[in-house]
Amino acid sequence: METLPENTQVGSLISLNSLSKSFGGHKALNNITLDIYPGEVHCLAGTNGCGKSTLIKVISGVYQPDDGAEIKINGELVQKLNPNIARNLGVQVIYQDLSLFPNLSVAENIAFELNMQGLFHWHNKAKLYKKAQRVLDELKFNINIDEKVEALPIAQRQQVAICRALVADAKLVIMDEPTASLTRTEVNQLLRTVHYLKSKNISVVFVSHRLDEVLEISDTVTVIRDGTKVGSFPAKDMSPKRLAELMTGIEIEYTLKPTRTSENRVILEVDGLSRKDQYENISFKLYKGEVLGLCGLLGSGRTELALSLFGITKADSGKIYLDSKPVNFKNHSDAIKSGIGYVSEDRLTLGLVLQQSVSDNAVLSILDQLKNRMHFIDDYKKIKIVRQWIQDLDIKVSNTENPISTLSGGNQQKVVLAKWILTQPKVLILDAPTVGVDIAAKNSIYQLIHKLSEQGISILLISDEIPEVYYNCDRILHIEHGQIMNEYEPGKITESFLEGVVNG
Amino acid sequence: MDRFLKKRMPMEFYLGIVILMMVLFFSITTDEFFTLRNILDLTEGYAVSGIFALGLFVVLVTGGIDISFAAVASVVQYAIASLLLGGYIDGALQSILLAVALGIFCGLFNAVLIYYLNLVSIIITISVQSLLFGILMWLTNGRSIYDLPEWWTTQHEIFPFTIGTDAYQIGLPFLLMLTLTFITWIILNKTNLGRQLFAVGGSQESARRVGIRVGLIHLFAYGYLGAAAAIGGLVQVYRMGEVVPNALVGGELDVLAATVLGGASLTGGKGTVIGTLMGVFLIGILKNGLNLIGVSSYFMNIVIGVVIVIAISITHYKKRKETNVGFA
Repeated sequence: METLPENTQVGSLISLNSLSKSFGGHKALNNITLDIYPGEVHCLAGTNGCGKSTLIKVISGVYQPDDGAEIKINGELVQKLNPNIARNLGVQVIYQDLSLFPNLSVAENIAFELNMQGLFHWHNKAKLYKKAQRVLDELKFNINIDEKVEALPIAQRQQVAICRALVADAKLVIMDEPTASLTRTEVNQLLRTVHYLKSKNISVVFVSHRLDEVLEISDTVTVIRDGTKVGSFPAKDMSPKRLAELMTGIEIEYTLKPTRTSENRVILEVDGLSRKDQYENISFKLYKGEVLGLCGLLGSGRTELALSLFGITKADSGKIYLDSKPVNFKNHSDAIKSGIGYVSEDRLTLGLVLQQSVSDNAVLSILDQLKNRMHFIDDYKKIKIVRQWIQDLDIKVSNTENPISTLSGGNQQKVVLAKWILTQPKVLILDAPTVGVDIAAKNSIYQLIHKLSEQGISILLISDEIPEVYYNCDRILHIEHGQIMNEYEPGKITESFLEGVVNG
Repeated sequence: MDRFLKKRMPMEFYLGIVILMMVLFFSITTDEFFTLRNILDLTEGYAVSGIFALGLFVVLVTGGIDISFAAVASVVQYAIASLLLGGYIDGALQSILLAVALGIFCGLFNAVLIYYLNLVSIIITISVQSLLFGILMWLTNGRSIYDLPEWWTTQHEIFPFTIGTDAYQIGLPFLLMLTLTFITWIILNKTNLGRQLFAVGGSQESARRVGIRVGLIHLFAYGYLGAAAAIGGLVQVYRMGEVVPNALVGGELDVLAATVLGGASLTGGKGTVIGTLMGVFLIGILKNGLNLIGVSSYFMNIVIGVVIVIAISITHYKKRKETNVGFA
């Protein structure tokens, strides 16, 4: 299975041999061998918890590997690695949270290392600004150097983090899930930056869930499953489907959603809905038990439309009918009472109370139903309901009283879904339900969607992932610039046709 | 004009406007407010608060908080006075150095508990405040010390000048406060240490990842406040001519409110030295002016409370609008 890149005459930048890492009795990494070459874009692929984060932390010196591991950087054996040594050897990690200082200027964030040279040395602002500006210019980033980082959109923050890595003379830049919160245009810009780094002979290690991006940018893909390396492959010979299979170890067969069987009753009808600068003249019908895809890129008006359907914002004109009756939600509790559920795109800040337990999160939307005669929460009832749902949705949790932040992305998303399903909605709006969810968990979420639709719940599935809408919807609406451009039926078009339409 | 308004003005700009408006208001409503005598008294009267606030600001910058500084100042005052009285130490220099060392020690004690034991700073410093003040009152039975050496209580003439027949001078407390302002400003803005203090306040995790020794930064911040508390304590005795063990404790929250009013954030990384002083003197001017108008001290508390609530609400509302939290 092992196929190494052919240009082995070039010495590798980093070479790992028989590297293992155990936590307690659990082996997170098992006998990993890995070579990263100068100027190579190397992708680490694997499902959640497969050990890729652990591997990154070993390379960057945060974790010490088990005895017997051999780490070579620039051909030299490294006896002991800690974050400082790793940095000095040119290993820079851009974590998902970017590790920036929100309260400091762009310049200071980029060239902060100048502030690290002696506590009581003078802070040389001019030099720092000059150095930061040079890197910004080099990468052609158009960011105001005086701006505070907290005022920047996420894509620009990421650019600041990349600049910082470059200032520090990085030879290897590790990016952990860099595309998770970027729009397609921003991703393209990031990919251009990665190309630039490559041209400067800087290696880039990319960790990502989005398989198509991974294959677009990488030279080599290394797949890790359950702490063991499955293999390293040239990216050009790899397809997203095969990569997904290597990652999960199961054959993934995408099939079209079976045709809807429930009665042909319109549940939700939208007629000429408009809201200034967001969406215009939106009309569609959603049938009982139907999965309707709303497919469009970030910024196409898809989320704005969902927010209006859920009563959070108000449309300027147009009508919404629920069960053939006109509705006019004053706020979202109105919408919830009428039977509309909304799973937000941003589950971390809007869908979950991260510090609270799994069970408390799950029942958050049905607290009313849990009241006993004294108007207190009936704990027995709560536990019973939560247990039922954990089982039904196959949520992997060791203890339902653990804080929800301890669950993986996929399992968190399932709790969010459980929360809404418990309200027994007629219509469930799912806004990008599998963002940041790995491939295995994705599939179980899809299965859940199918199951809900069989039970007669109508679902509006908002997404820009083409396979996601193609294989899970009965009909697909394409939204662009706030308008519905066209309607498609998956059986009558091909996946690549839809891809071409949506991504232009 | 429109562009001028749209540009985000710093906190100090708004504070400046409010201070100016208050000065104008009190100058019109009272005869005594806008006199040189009153202004000088005011600057001297709030110098001790200013010194405390500067130290506290450094701790707030790192994202911490310390409520115990007034108790530390009282303990230092009393300890130095007792040692002088007993003849264990002698002379100004020795006393001052010992006082500062004692203040720093108390600050470091807080820092060690907070950082190395990972305790919540507000809880631990409230406990330390209670502990120190409790020990002080228990050992002294609340007795004041009046028998103080001359160097400590004799008023020094600094920049004396006369206008007409009236003699004026810039007070030593105010001058000390200005000196400390300058030192704090230099440290925070012109040294790597200062930038690291701000960085830790911005994100402790990021700070650790770039290699900042976060523990050391905490030790410095709390130590600095300890030193400021000691100096403030000595200056307060200089002004009053006596050591009263319960003179300072109870005023911590006023200093904290003034510092936050000046733009410091309880979550760290925000604010400026100048803003901090403006916060202190905004409250100073308000108290002084209301006093001259003849407002009762109870009513004064209401006014001050309202001003702080409004000021903090406005800045947070602005920030909320800028970052556009939530929907719509």
